[in-house]
Amino acid sequence: MTPESEAALADIVTSAKDPLAVQGGGTRGIIAEGEVLSLAGLSGITLYEPGALTLVAQAGTPVAEIEAALAAENQRLAFEPMDPRALLRTGGAPTLGGVIAANVSGPRRIQGGAARDYALGVRFVDGKGEVVQNGGRVMKNVTGYDLVKLMCGAFGTLGVLTEVSLKVLPRPETEGTLLLRGLSDARAVEAMAAAMASPFEVTGAAHCATIIQDGPVTALRVEGFERSVVYRLEQLKALLARFGAEMTVGDAAMSEWIWRSVRDAELLRDVPEDIWRVCCKPSEAPGLMARSGAVSWYYDWAGGRIWVRMPVGQDLRAALGAFDGHATLVRAAPETRRALPMFHPEAPGVAKISAGLRARFDPRGILNRGLMGPVAEEVA
Amino acid sequence: MEMPNPDPAVLARKDRVVARLKAVLPEDAVIHEETETRAYECDALTAYRCPPMVAVLPESTEQVSEVLRICHEEGVPVVPRGAGTSLAGGALPTADCVILGVARMNEVLETSYADRFVRVQTGRTNLSVTGAVEADGFFYAPDPSSQLACAIAGNIAMNSGGAHCLKYGVTTNNLLGVTMVMMDGEVVELGGAHMDAGGLDLLGLICGSEGQLSVVTEATLRILPKPEGARPVLMGFASAEVAGACVADIIKAGVLPVAIEFMDKMLIEVCEDFAKAGYPMCEALLIVEVEGSDEEIDHQLALITEIAERHDLVAVRESASPEESARIWAGRKAAFSAIGRISDYMCLDGTIPVSALPYVLRRIGEMSEQYGLPVGNVFHAGDGNMHPLICYDANKPGDLEICEAFGAEVLKLCVEAGGCLTGEHGVGIEKRDLMSHQYAPADLEAQMAVKDVFDAAWLLNPAKVFPLAVSEARRAERMAAE
Repeated sequence: MTPESEAALADIVTSAKDPLAVQGGGTRGIIAEGEVLSLAGLSGITLYEPGALTLVAQAGTPVAEIEAALAAENQRLAFEPMDPRALLRTGGAPTLGGVIAANVSGPRRIQGGAARDYALGVRFVDGKGEVVQNGGRVMKNVTGYDLVKLMCGAFGTLGVLTEVSLKVLPRPETEGTLLLRGLSDARAVEAMAAAMASPFEVTGAAHCATIIQDGPVTALRVEGFERSVVYRLEQLKALLARFGAEMTVGDAAMSEWIWRSVRDAELLRDVPEDIWRVCCKPSEAPGLMARSGAVSWYYDWAGGRIWVRMPVGQDLRAALGAFDGHATLVRAAPETRRALPMFHPEAPGVAKISAGLRARFDPRGILNRGLMGPVAEEVA
Repeated sequence: MEMPNPDPAVLARKDRVVARLKAVLPEDAVIHEETETRAYECDALTAYRCPPMVAVLPESTEQVSEVLRICHEEGVPVVPRGAGTSLAGGALPTADCVILGVARMNEVLETSYADRFVRVQTGRTNLSVTGAVEADGFFYAPDPSSQLACAIAGNIAMNSGGAHCLKYGVTTNNLLGVTMVMMDGEVVELGGAHMDAGGLDLLGLICGSEGQLSVVTEATLRILPKPEGARPVLMGFASAEVAGACVADIIKAGVLPVAIEFMDKMLIEVCEDFAKAGYPMCEALLIVEVEGSDEEIDHQLALITEIAERHDLVAVRESASPEESARIWAGRKAAFSAIGRISDYMCLDGTIPVSALPYVLRRIGEMSEQYGLPVGNVFHAGDGNMHPLICYDANKPGDLEICEAFGAEVLKLCVEAGGCLTGEHGVGIEKRDLMSHQYAPADLEAQMAVKDVFDAAWLLNPAKVFPLAVSEARRAERMAAE
């Protein structure tokens, strides 16, 4: 089903008897029960004010269309959403609704914030077929509860997004990357922490030890006016001299290529294993990996996010035990998918609230049923 | 502003409730004598006052849990209170409520520079969070004008902003985790010290929920390294409209200052008188601040000045020293108290798209004539968050009512212009009855459904945020259940 208007979509949800699999571009490998409800018919930018740093678009709008419109005004989506197609071996085109529903953020999240930090307003159809609006198109808004955040990262389980307003940012003049070689995981996390504690506004901090053939590489990105980038790379190099910092990539195109690879997890594209993603305290990351049983991994967000390659079917969560963070099963062999949930199980108090919200927003349990937790009647 | 009548059945239980609270709290932490509860009769929205039935000052999450469990069992409404600096009446009591103040919980629990966070009890003041880490080169970014006094608990409840959020975001963008207590006393942890809490974004939902969903007792806050340097420039313009156009051009040009603040003539005069910051006398003033090394600052300010010169700049002055920068900001941050020296005033907080600034400012000027009350304008221009200050005379019968009617018209104007009722102060009681102008019934129903999940009995801060008529059925259900 591909409704052409919000009203038609609301009718479909209202009259649905069976579960619906909500789909943006279908690029994220989300497999939900039921007939596919595609947002492809709700597409297009409805408002773009570069001087107010605001863009409003329908949920089915391809991210590429939005990025092209922004590029024409020298602006961009600052949260750097990944293109998951290579990693997940999917087709289609990533959409705005998908990016927001999955709260997809890239390397710049560490400095600039996540997708949810740039979502200013939403319209959605809840599981009862009601059309709801929340937030708006202004950058500061505390009028009522922030359901924008609630919808962001809810993977369509509380409502089907129909329209999203975003804060966008100017595109910096240029970027550059500082590379450090040969560091152990622990030393690399220390070096990245030192960089993040500096005033030089590092917008990317990644470390890869075991995947690249010519040894460990740590990468730090700065962006801004040309003179500023040159200055900050030099300052960082001096600051990190004790970690052996020596090589800077001043070429913007080369730097962009490095960070696109980090963003899209390209190094993990062709491996046969399951792929997990861990969020944790950066200082705990090397210890977690040491006990993970993983084949290999790389760190983004200065160690706060880890992309992990695990032998098929092995439970990374069980290997890690309790820690400050969570693990998501991003790409999995069918047998792993059957055995392990995509999302980290919630603590009982939190699970009760989440189930309560699902019961209110989708009382029949028809939107991406069971994807983020038990459906209403199972809880009752 | 109407408030629900106190529940006589609750008032009748006062002695028992006080006795039960005394059994779980330190002796001096339960305040119930009428002479003493008066200290909690209002917050910074001083036009409305009502002493609570009881005020309690717990010292730990466990004590907060005990208090809420007792109030839940006794069916007593609870109004959480940080430092009582809300401009929206967020902490205004009802006569049948328990005020739950977190002011005694002000410890720093954990600091990590490696992972760049600080975990604090939420009674700690905003500025003292930065105070705990600044010697090591870090700061906590959200900086509401009241930062010397306001508590993190209130910052989270209202999702507070500040002058520098154009670059650093507001509270919700700097909050990593919370420990909170549900109305039935259950303690729940959300997020942690890592980025992107798992599952549904309940942290995002709690932030800005005005103390209606849970009581947040501990918070893990993101801290940032201090910039190498920062320098404000003062730019004077011949009219507010020209200044507004200049703001949009600066943003379009790809320069992103940390702050762009606007003041009109009335505010320039009262703030200058108060702070002696050397503001140029003109129709409209922008304070634009950029950060970086000296050379980076020079480069950005040159670009900004070049843009401003295309907008009939009538005065321009860069700060020449840290002391001068401090005075420039002291003047701006003292705007509310400076105007408070010359008049009673009501501070509005609507946000509009930056492109609508000239139109909205002109309309406010026209309304000022129509209502016969002077208005000063000071606001965060970069993000369109306005703070019109309407002056009135509290001793003149009827003046407050005229002022409130004028304020309501301005906020409706903000919504019509594509904006919202409140950018950072919150709805509280002040904007409660205007919510239906911004949201349709289904939109409000969805928000109230969230409260149903967290606080089924509608005991936490129940008479705020939603128009009384809209929330009445839910509140009545609780009364009937007793």
